[in-house]
Amino acid sequence: MSLTRRLFLTTTAGSAAVLTLAACGGSSDSGDEVADVDPSSFEKGSTMAKLADAGKITIGTKFDQPLFGQAGPDGDPVGFDVEIGKMVAAALGIKPDGIEWTETVTANREPFIENGQVDIVVATYTINDERKKVVDFAGPYYVAGQALMVKKGDDAIGGPDDLKDTNVCSVEGSTPAQNIEDNYPDAKLVTFDTYSKCVTALNNGQADSVTTDNVILAGFVKADEDKLQMVDKGKTFTKEPYGIGLKKDDDDFRAFINDTLQKAYDDGSWAKAWESTAGQVLPTPEPPTIDKY
Amino acid sequence: MSSGPVLYDVPGPDEKKRERLVSWIAGAVLVVAIVAVGWRLAANGVFDDRWRILLEAPTNFAGYQVGDIWSAVFRGLLNTLVAAVISLPLAMILAVLLVSLRAAPWAPVRWLASAVIEVFRALPVVLVMFFGILVLPGASPLMAVVFGLVVYNAAVFAEILRAGINALPAGQTEAAYSLGMRSGLIYRIIQLPQSVRMMLPSLIAQGVVLIKDSSLGYIVGYAELLRQISRVADALTDADYLLPLLAVGAAVFVTLNVLLSRLAVWVQRRGRLQRRGARVARTATLVED
Amino acid sequence: MGSLIASRAAIGDAFLTTLFLAGVSGVLSLLLGTLLAALRVSPYAPLRTVATVYTEFLRNTPLTIVFFFYVFVTPSMGFTFGYKTAAITALTCYTSAFVAEAVRSGINSVAVGQAEAARSLGMSFSQNLSLVVLPQAFRTAIPPLISVLIALVKNTSVAGAFSVLELFALSKRLTNVHSADVIAILIGIALCYLVICIPLGRLAAAMERKVAFAR
Repeated sequence: MSLTRRLFLTTTAGSAAVLTLAACGGSSDSGDEVADVDPSSFEKGSTMAKLADAGKITIGTKFDQPLFGQAGPDGDPVGFDVEIGKMVAAALGIKPDGIEWTETVTANREPFIENGQVDIVVATYTINDERKKVVDFAGPYYVAGQALMVKKGDDAIGGPDDLKDTNVCSVEGSTPAQNIEDNYPDAKLVTFDTYSKCVTALNNGQADSVTTDNVILAGFVKADEDKLQMVDKGKTFTKEPYGIGLKKDDDDFRAFINDTLQKAYDDGSWAKAWESTAGQVLPTPEPPTIDKY
Repeated sequence: MSSGPVLYDVPGPDEKKRERLVSWIAGAVLVVAIVAVGWRLAANGVFDDRWRILLEAPTNFAGYQVGDIWSAVFRGLLNTLVAAVISLPLAMILAVLLVSLRAAPWAPVRWLASAVIEVFRALPVVLVMFFGILVLPGASPLMAVVFGLVVYNAAVFAEILRAGINALPAGQTEAAYSLGMRSGLIYRIIQLPQSVRMMLPSLIAQGVVLIKDSSLGYIVGYAELLRQISRVADALTDADYLLPLLAVGAAVFVTLNVLLSRLAVWVQRRGRLQRRGARVARTATLVED
Repeated sequence: MGSLIASRAAIGDAFLTTLFLAGVSGVLSLLLGTLLAALRVSPYAPLRTVATVYTEFLRNTPLTIVFFFYVFVTPSMGFTFGYKTAAITALTCYTSAFVAEAVRSGINSVAVGQAEAARSLGMSFSQNLSLVVLPQAFRTAIPPLISVLIALVKNTSVAGAFSVLELFALSKRLTNVHSADVIAILIGIALCYLVICIPLGRLAAAMERKVAFAR
């Protein structure tokens, strides 16, 4: 059982709960109260019925996004995306051990959905029109925003407009990197394949700032507050609505996931999931409005 | 079987003196360079307490215990080994098949085999793995990784073997023909075995590449050693730990691959000793391993 | 397909970057690798040791780690390179170890009598190596050397993880923007690699035929 979960449990649920949950083999906070769902309650032939019947679901997520989907010490991913995935599984009556986590990287998310390698993708997956051509999205379940991080005490950069002629680091093939490329062409974009390399470059002086979604940056600042700080208290300058990707034209399944999310917003389990993961570095936001297109 | 160097004469007293001088100078330069590098690194704080990560985990919110770090690394190593152990023999078998087809008596078969080899070795392994998982029905990440590794390395192994066959003295084949052997038999019992023995260093080098290429499996979500290390570093959300963790990764890879190379050299030596009486090929002795 | 055509300028640039990285590091590593192979058979023990340790270490380390060293650790020593320079340095250091190994395999395939005959004619080590052994060694070594170069072309993709916008990094960028076209983009990128590697393979075959002597 990881410290992440222990922290959350001891502060919110009390030590009795820790004992019971620990006895369950350290599975998730939100996924433990999986109610029995009768597979026949779903329309015959629907995706829900198929998944509930099998008692298994394959969920694609990223394994390298701190606080969202990050491979934990035991190799299974932990984070906010993972908690959202567990909620969807629970609504189908699938327990956390019936979930198979598959790592999806930016390049394989759409092919994996189209090919059926995964049933859904919860992977810091920004909803946009280009992607809607090949997959459908439920949600959004969170609206992220791009922010900037600099060395502690460096006040030369006060926002994205000060990036001119400075080295700004992000991950290649990520939306924040693309945004810098498209909208701040005067900035010198430096790209690596992982965030920790960007932070190494920042510490070395090879980069002047690091940019990506605010939650991930907040995680790095939290881990090393002596060396790093957010620009303008973590002010964001883009909006990235994260959605749950699923097979195109599976409208029933999309509606079902949307309802599940709405329920989680209403009964507080969404907020709980946030607090146990990304909530360690950022305050709990208001749930976004679901886009039932 | 060779006694003493082949490329140069055994040194006399003058030459020995010169050799000693060169040795001393080279040694001194080396020591100075190492000290200078170490000093620069230390001055920049590379040897600070970040290395403690290998003994005890930081108490940050990632919740890692040091045992978790090592078990993550170990699981990565295991995955790397599994992929390599499955792919190596498969690639070798496919290579022998391809190189045999290239020596087939029918021209279209030869052309086809060489076209396959050329395309296989020109495709980026990452992409072959990716296509593997999309095209093979029900492919697991492991299968996709194996697919990518086998496709590419079989082509390279085939090229190496062919180079070896081409380098054999023609007398070998001629002698076999004069004994009445047919080309298939000659190929199988004369050319191929000698080629394997002669090209063993290259084959091993490529085997090592295969092991390292398993790290491209991230595209299909295969958690091999380097991927695991980079995951741990990212999860610790402290970039300083990347260096010690990668140092461990490098050490593991070097140990693994050097062991493999030593094993191969040992096998090669043994084979050579057994054939000493026969003196099949008076080659492969210019360089002592 | 549409997005491939729309981004042809970017693909062209990335293609040239890949070609540039592979070309420069290819030439440098052929030189350095041959030198290393020569050192490994030289009469000077320390040079042999240095060359052996270098080859063994570089050959057995994943390229990513070599890159990491040049991009992040050397700045800690007070040297900073541009990312392209760092990439070329890392690729050259790595590939030269493989070139050295291929050349050494070639040297091994030269019949011992050749070197012995050269010695008995009074040739020095360097004459023996450069006039008798290496020319014959290269003949055997050409196919493996071309394989090494083809591998180098594809290894340039590692530079994509270290801030050089070559083909593979571009494929990541494009697949993020044009997610509807992932397969087409990846096939397009694969074709770009084929365009470089297939001619290399053909060249190898041609050179092999040219240098092949009657046996």
